[in-house]
Amino acid sequence: MNTGTTGLWDEGAVLHKLEHYLPAQAPLKNFVHHNTLHAWQHLPFFDGCRLANQSLGYKTSLNLHEFRAFYTKGQIKEETLRQTIQKIKGTATENHWFNLMVNVEIHPNQKPRIGLLRQNWKKRYKIDLDSLVYPLLFRLLCSYLDQGVSIWNFPVHQDGLLASLRELERNSVVSIFKGKRAKEFLQSENLSIPFLLERIVGDPALYEQYLFDQQFGHQGWSGITASIEASPESLLDPKPISLKDLILVELLMELDVLDHQFGPIWAPLSTLLESYPLPLFEKGERELYDEVLELWQLAMEWSYYNPVLSGISWSFSQTIQKKTPRFQGLFCIDDRECSFRRHLEDLAPACETFGTPGFFNVAFYFRPFEGKFLDKVCPAPVFPNHLIVETEADSHSEEDAHFHQRSHSLWTGWLTAQLLAPWTALKLLNNLFRPSMSAAAASSFKHMHHATQLKIEADDVPQLENGLQLGFTVEEMADRVLGQLNSIGFTKNFADLVYVVGHGSSSINNPYYAAYDCGACSGRPGSVNARVFAFMANHEKVRELLKQKGISIPESTRFVSALHDTASDDIVFYDIESLPENLKQQHQENEKHFIAALDINAKERSRRLVSSKSKGPAALVHSRIRKRVVSLFEPRPELNHASNCLCIIGSRRLTRNVYLDRRAFLNSYDPKNDPDGSLLLGILKAAAPVCGGINLEYYFSRVDNQKLGAGSKLPHNVMGLIGLANGADGDLRPGLPSQMIEIHDPLRLLMIIEQVPELILQILNQSPETASWFINEWIILTAIHPETGKIYLFKNRQFQELTLVDEELPVLIHEEQLYEEQEGNLPVFIKKGVEA
Amino acid sequence: MNHILPILILLPFTGFLLSLIIPSRNENALSTLAFLVTGLHLGILSVFSVYWLIHGHPHLNIKEVVLFSNEHYEFFIDFFFDKLTLVFLLVGSFLTFLVAYYSRYYLHKESGYKRFFNTILLFFTGYTLTVCSGNLETLFMGWEILGITSFLLIAFYRNRYLPVKNAVKVFSVYRIGDVGLILAMWLSHHLFGENITFLKLERIPAWIESFQTHSLTGTFIALMLLLSAAVKSAQLPFSSWLPRAMEGPTPSSAIFYGSLSVHIGLFLLIRTHHLWEMQYTMRVLVAALGIATAIIANLIARVQSSVKTQIAYSSIAQIGLMFLETALGFHNLALYHFAGNALLRTYQLLISPSVVAYRIREQFFHFEPRKPSLEDSWPKRIEYSLYVLSLKEWNLDTLMYTYYWQPFKQLGKKLGNLNLNRALLLFGLSFIPALISSFYQQNIPVYIHHYLAEIFAGIGLLLVLKAFTERRQTTLAWSLVLMNHTWVALAISFNEKVGAKELILYLSGVAIGGISGWLVLRRMKKLEEGINLDQFHGHIKYHPKLAVLLLLSCLAVSGFPISGTFIGIDLVFGHIHENQAFLATMVSLGFIVSGIALIRVYARVFLGPHLKSPPEMPYRSS
Repeated sequence: MNTGTTGLWDEGAVLHKLEHYLPAQAPLKNFVHHNTLHAWQHLPFFDGCRLANQSLGYKTSLNLHEFRAFYTKGQIKEETLRQTIQKIKGTATENHWFNLMVNVEIHPNQKPRIGLLRQNWKKRYKIDLDSLVYPLLFRLLCSYLDQGVSIWNFPVHQDGLLASLRELERNSVVSIFKGKRAKEFLQSENLSIPFLLERIVGDPALYEQYLFDQQFGHQGWSGITASIEASPESLLDPKPISLKDLILVELLMELDVLDHQFGPIWAPLSTLLESYPLPLFEKGERELYDEVLELWQLAMEWSYYNPVLSGISWSFSQTIQKKTPRFQGLFCIDDRECSFRRHLEDLAPACETFGTPGFFNVAFYFRPFEGKFLDKVCPAPVFPNHLIVETEADSHSEEDAHFHQRSHSLWTGWLTAQLLAPWTALKLLNNLFRPSMSAAAASSFKHMHHATQLKIEADDVPQLENGLQLGFTVEEMADRVLGQLNSIGFTKNFADLVYVVGHGSSSINNPYYAAYDCGACSGRPGSVNARVFAFMANHEKVRELLKQKGISIPESTRFVSALHDTASDDIVFYDIESLPENLKQQHQENEKHFIAALDINAKERSRRLVSSKSKGPAALVHSRIRKRVVSLFEPRPELNHASNCLCIIGSRRLTRNVYLDRRAFLNSYDPKNDPDGSLLLGILKAAAPVCGGINLEYYFSRVDNQKLGAGSKLPHNVMGLIGLANGADGDLRPGLPSQMIEIHDPLRLLMIIEQVPELILQILNQSPETASWFINEWIILTAIHPETGKIYLFKNRQFQELTLVDEELPVLIHEEQLYEEQEGNLPVFIKKGVEA
Repeated sequence: MNHILPILILLPFTGFLLSLIIPSRNENALSTLAFLVTGLHLGILSVFSVYWLIHGHPHLNIKEVVLFSNEHYEFFIDFFFDKLTLVFLLVGSFLTFLVAYYSRYYLHKESGYKRFFNTILLFFTGYTLTVCSGNLETLFMGWEILGITSFLLIAFYRNRYLPVKNAVKVFSVYRIGDVGLILAMWLSHHLFGENITFLKLERIPAWIESFQTHSLTGTFIALMLLLSAAVKSAQLPFSSWLPRAMEGPTPSSAIFYGSLSVHIGLFLLIRTHHLWEMQYTMRVLVAALGIATAIIANLIARVQSSVKTQIAYSSIAQIGLMFLETALGFHNLALYHFAGNALLRTYQLLISPSVVAYRIREQFFHFEPRKPSLEDSWPKRIEYSLYVLSLKEWNLDTLMYTYYWQPFKQLGKKLGNLNLNRALLLFGLSFIPALISSFYQQNIPVYIHHYLAEIFAGIGLLLVLKAFTERRQTTLAWSLVLMNHTWVALAISFNEKVGAKELILYLSGVAIGGISGWLVLRRMKKLEEGINLDQFHGHIKYHPKLAVLLLLSCLAVSGFPISGTFIGIDLVFGHIHENQAFLATMVSLGFIVSGIALIRVYARVFLGPHLKSPPEMPYRSS
């Protein structure tokens, strides 16, 4: 076997490189947002975008026409545009550039390099290799990886795709190949990638480029293969597979098709080339077109950043009357919670809210009652050592015969069609005209049942299960709670009731359901984490330990966990019955505020959901929103993170007096509580990749919805429960569908940290990985000085003071009217007369 | 009662016409119109059905319009209503209503919202027309509308490669069914000496029955009907088109390929059962086809790992069973089965995106590692072989390629290079003498005269084959198709004395459509500096009006029921004698290929990814 390094061919390196560049999307049930261009993240943002465009042909920016449309609409301001030009190109050439950007028709000169080599099959050999290979290859791969669509599974799963195929072919009279040669090669000892490439491509100098062309011809399937290879546990029904196997099978099929077309003897590809195509990743020239687009991008971003910074600066300058809070709430950092918190604070002025990643610093695996698997409920890169088990609950399963595989069999299908018909008709009618929760929906509240028992506290001698500790010890609990409270600066002034609100999302007919749940819980609802955290913080012994560490929580204080459904805007509170009587009453009062806040929150959301009417009392609009969530025909159950572009780490003072729509990730942080910056570092290590990942996935799915996004979801077809494709024979479509990103404007994340700039620099030096997000400007970093309120911009590894553009911000009045009348982006408003 | 029936057909058609004039930005008006039209249709139909049932459910027959008549022949639109119509109409109306409501929200903001509702309403018109038809001619009109709307909905995402490719593919397969129907109509004219209505068929005197049973003509009619039914209902060996048709938005796949369109083959079989039921060999054949399809499609369905293709193949298998039921004479059972299957598959397709959440949850709580399936109990060799075979869809798709498209392509390629001028020259040199000689037919020796019709039709066929395989010159391909029609006309005039009126009718659509299409192509050539047929160009993005015009021209030329050519084709066949199988084959093959060649020209020029905007272009494989 020849797999090692020989001459020009270093197989390990090429496979590694391929895996690096392929889309890294996991199977559907584990949808985790990430930077789509992660492979270029080590470069400065614009360079990375440009190279990705030159090599793989991704459209990594809006085009000239789209930018100009934003300009005409006024969303890119002329003043900002001119300032951007001045800053980058100098004042001398301002008018020249301005004219170029606004008036001159410019086109890019370079063509993407991907596919240039392999297109010679069509050009020189007059053979459409793709259409002869892809349909069967995809079907084979999908059947092999299938998680439960087919009734008759791929019969062998031994040591990978190739070995299974060998076994299958050895025992089958029918072959997937047409000719003898490929069939013999499949079973041959000598089978290797270079062995096949030698026959198909010829010149070893072209091997790498050929494989890139080949795998990026169907980057969806190749990407999922690489992703499953890297984390096989992402499939419930494990299927061993490797990218190498896929390449071998595909090369064999290509060889077979070529044999079939041209007979046993044909010249390899390299012999018929007139000239060799440009190497794929060679750096191309930065054209005028690129420069112009970069300027446009900056102008568009700063047209929004400027008023945001002004608004925050104003908000910061306001003195807020501090009252003793009546109740407090911990919410997820998620941008969808930002408006909920705002409304809650407006309606119940004596409440105080905090934002923090929604796993509440308790990382563990969760096994629901009767569950056969574990759900990871903490950020994806974390691998916890603990397990929480649901010990008693109602059964989680619900059935619907329409989903049953038997309906696809011959006789049972015959019976189903005959017997089920009247019921089907009624069900259809009912589902369309009176939508309600059904077995078809993914409901956030079903993740963990309302009345259920969790085993949270470990035994004296902790039990182990599969190497995971069952429950947490008291010390571990105290450690988690302390870390959480410290990180958000919530160490004193505890009210009687402190709510810990996780979030999830319900939807129907939505294969992307996992993308709508809590990102900090690996795409699961945050209910279990909230409940576990509340249990810990209420634990007597934990409180004792906390006291020793300097946080004393009054005995009267109780933590209450809850789950907020971001699609239906409903909330469920857990363990209320265990509250003392007086707190129960207090809670009933508070609950009214929660519900009222959610009503108005639903109304605010409805303004962007066009097929939902926004007029009318909030509760009525809310009831429409609830119905929408369970409507089969609604491809937009909610808008998820669309329009996100801010991440603010600091006290509520920064944001309390300013209206930021629903565009900000809010992480609470008290700069005074963190003299050495270690808490901030902890926050940044999670916030940068999570918020940055979400932001950039939306960014790139929006700018190139065809190649980096999934296109329209309306024709999607579920493949093997792991991915989506168009129609029967299509490639998988990673990225976000157009329905999720259509209202999103591609702006990079603006991070605003309330801390002394020097301290931020210090901690960035401690974590180069985190710092690279900011140094390469995949996230724009600013700091607001906690004493002076001055704003600093991070550029070239330094903070420079930013002189804010003097801008009069509109004042928010008639909020509800705004929700009824405005569909598009709202400006940054300032809020006056806010109490806290 | 007789007045209601035309309303049921005119209603969707009016809806379609109205939907054309609503501006595409006005989503609300479009969907409300569709909702009202389908809702009203369902309402009227329900009331009518009750009334009809109470009044002794008579078989209604309404002779609506005579479109053409001469001393031997009458071409008329005729409606018919009986139990079969009722069931198909009720199910169709109900599902279209639901899908229209569903799509109102589901398609919100999708570019092509208007196009979608236009097409759905036109589809519904075609469906109603087919189901209510009272003779084969009327049925054929509806049938053609179903075909073209299928094409439009499969290619709904017209800037992607696969939908367009599959749309052309499905259209080409459908074309076989079209010709099957044309030939069935041709022979039934000869058999009955008229354009016979379904009502009359019910009352066929016994002597005709016996005639039918024994004659070759009777067998041939039955075979052609079965061919058409098998194509439309994706029975063997045509099954592989159905999964490939699932390219449009999910609700359109649901209504077309899950439920209504795909059952039309069954409808045809039951509707024309008088024409084949007395022949026991035919019954055996229908039953055998049904069983074979049921078994093989079921095996293929079992290995499908994508939701929509799984539904497609299990639906095909069920329709196979319906064929069997029909052959056994259990029409009522087949009807009930149809209704159940249509509802079930529509619903399954509509909820297909939910499968992920449902099955993953199910698995999470009930997982057993690798559930053994029935097949695991078979000997390994048989199991594995059948698995691979089913994974390859029993080579059905390759089969269609090898035995259907490939021979045409190879023949066409053999014709060598040709350019427009040379083609015109050759045409002039051969056609003009032939035309002149047609006026002096009496002077041509009988033994030559006898073969001339066949020769001319053969020349026509060769020309369209060339048109079908032409890769570079668009206008050449277009002209070749037009030439085919003129050769056919000439051939017919040699075959029998044909009235000028008939020939003019036949050539009217060809001429009008031919000229307008030719102008469009010329204009496109100028605007875009050359267009070829080697790849898709996607020009519809910037030239939508020209695209519509070319589509209409294609339809006019290929005998879609918007031009006189539609009737003309029927007339042309009327002049082919029933013993002239060779001539009929030549002419009908010419029709098949010219239809495909025309739609290919349209697709290549206007559909697919647009070449000028590569960075925003979807992947070819997506």
